[in-house]
Amino acid sequence: MAMLGFLIRRILTGIVVIWLVASGAFFLFFARPVDTVARQLAGHAATPQVIALVIHNLGLDQPIMVQYWHFIDGLLHGNLGYSYFNQEAVTTMLKQDLPPTISLVIGGVVLWLVAGLSVGIISATRPRSLFDRSSNVAVLIGLSMPVFVIGELLILFVFVPLNRHGFTWIQTGYAGISQGLLTWAGHMILPWITLAAVQAAVYTRLTRGQLLDTMGEDYIRTARAKGLSERRVTFKHGVRAALTPVVSQLGVDVGQLLGGVVVVETVFGLGGLGQVAVQAIDTDNLPVIIGFVIVAAVFVVVANIVVDLVYALLDPRVRIA
Amino acid sequence: MSITGIEVAGQEIAAGEGALDASAAKIQGRSQWQLTWRRLRRDKVAMAALVVILIMVVLALAAPVFVSITHHPPNIAYPNTGEDAAGNPVGPGTAGFWLGTDGTGRDLFIRILYGARISLFVGFVTTAIGVVAGVTVGLMAGYFGGFVDTVLARFTDAVLAFPYVVLALALAVVLGPSLIVIIGVIAFFSWAAIARIVRGQTLSIKEKEYIEAARSLGAGPFRIMFLDILPNLLAPVLVLATLYIPTAVVFEATLSYLGLGIQPPTASWGNILADAQNFYQVAWWYVIFPAAALLITTLAFNLFGDGIRDAMDPRTERAFAAGRARRRRGKRQVLANDSQSDLSHTAPYVPPAGGS
Repeated sequence: MAMLGFLIRRILTGIVVIWLVASGAFFLFFARPVDTVARQLAGHAATPQVIALVIHNLGLDQPIMVQYWHFIDGLLHGNLGYSYFNQEAVTTMLKQDLPPTISLVIGGVVLWLVAGLSVGIISATRPRSLFDRSSNVAVLIGLSMPVFVIGELLILFVFVPLNRHGFTWIQTGYAGISQGLLTWAGHMILPWITLAAVQAAVYTRLTRGQLLDTMGEDYIRTARAKGLSERRVTFKHGVRAALTPVVSQLGVDVGQLLGGVVVVETVFGLGGLGQVAVQAIDTDNLPVIIGFVIVAAVFVVVANIVVDLVYALLDPRVRIA
Repeated sequence: MSITGIEVAGQEIAAGEGALDASAAKIQGRSQWQLTWRRLRRDKVAMAALVVILIMVVLALAAPVFVSITHHPPNIAYPNTGEDAAGNPVGPGTAGFWLGTDGTGRDLFIRILYGARISLFVGFVTTAIGVVAGVTVGLMAGYFGGFVDTVLARFTDAVLAFPYVVLALALAVVLGPSLIVIIGVIAFFSWAAIARIVRGQTLSIKEKEYIEAARSLGAGPFRIMFLDILPNLLAPVLVLATLYIPTAVVFEATLSYLGLGIQPPTASWGNILADAQNFYQVAWWYVIFPAAALLITTLAFNLFGDGIRDAMDPRTERAFAAGRARRRRGKRQVLANDSQSDLSHTAPYVPPAGGS
């Protein structure tokens, strides 16, 4: 029951947040001279009459509150407006571009959690071993690497040489799952690694530090004294307690994840939401940019609710009511 | 963490009791900063990182000198000598181009140097702004508490949780990409983490007796915040600032890479690497050298920041403290032997390796 109340409250605040973000984006973007867009659409040689017509057709000559009303009304009906250029509905465009982004996000997050947690746990259980030292060095390098540099280096040192020697499984660009699971994975593997690398470094460091702290606690000594196996002590007692700060870090990071998605999609030409947003920014395609911002906000809100639920499951002391 | 406590105490004793003059002269008190510096100087990794940073700064400042040596200004293309017959960049060492040329036949080395100017400038300036803003907000929130704290702390949390690349994209669109906008955007996201730490420290420091003493002497809130509390916060702030510089450098490079930061023809590591993507089949140096410059710079700042943190806090473990590692490995051997024997549950407790 408490769980349900918590969910309802979080969803309601989530809706408010999304509304705030959407309104913020709307006023931010529309508080600009409208004729730049119109001029770009109509071409540089357009007469003032043509520009006025374009502005009228886009509805940009209406008072801003009227435009805002149309925007909110559309939003409530699941309509994000139409692209300035090909009159395609923004929702349709975003829906088309969703599969690469979802593939990237899910695969990337799984990879970074698996890599970060396992390396962190192994490092913490064997502090100062060769493994621990190498992972420390790798973590520092990972933390210092911009996402796009990792991507470019992977292309230069993995993609190019492999393809030159006739090994063509690994590809850039995007192939849907419908073209076969293996093909899809071949297109996604480098983007996954790229997205996961920096974050895996953060999580390795965090997990290692937390687990080392936890393993020094008195109750771990008690568990050992009870005669439990070291494996049981580490995983049942140590890791579980060490994971809570890691999970709350995850809540912060899902927001930043979108930045990584934009970069990775651009590096590998995946053509997902992020790349569409960057293109829309290049071409001043406001409805598409706003659509992306709203999708991003929804994503962050949902991800945070999920993280809070997981947090409550992991740590019984957290009362979610 | 008193900065001058030892020193002052030593001097007072020396001044008060003439008999102790001789010994006080021999036992010289060291301030916190002197101690930190001494520890830092022994840290080879951190000192190497500092040297690398200084070299980068000197190279960036000396960029015009290299232009006068190579006669290759950063934005001038050399289609005759800087491109091969197919119009591709030429490799390192060819025709006086030390690190080769870029996609339009410009000197890559010179452009990397000019990129360093931008990166380091953005890194230092945004961090400075972030530190000033973060310290101010953190001090106010922590010191005043109550309503001020609620508003400032919520705002800080909101900034920390915001997907900043998305907002940076949005602002770059609305305001048009320029150096000022980039610095503004990066600085806007840099103060929050510092504010949060400063707030926490202020909360505990403001309860100390000496603050009460200052207040009873009639010191105003701003005097207490900036003259009494702030000096004791400098250590964590310095560490955060050093670790923030590489983040800012990466942020600038990422924005420029996406075409939303420094605009060509002005060179930035980000936009050089964005152009380089079109040539990775033919010109490895075009990707490798700017990427290396970026990586070396951020790595050096990260290592130096870690070094300062360890030097400030003697309790921190050094990741590569070899002597302790050997001792600890010895202990673990004991533990391993114990658990192999049947009597493992009766064996004396040995603290887990690396637990402290």
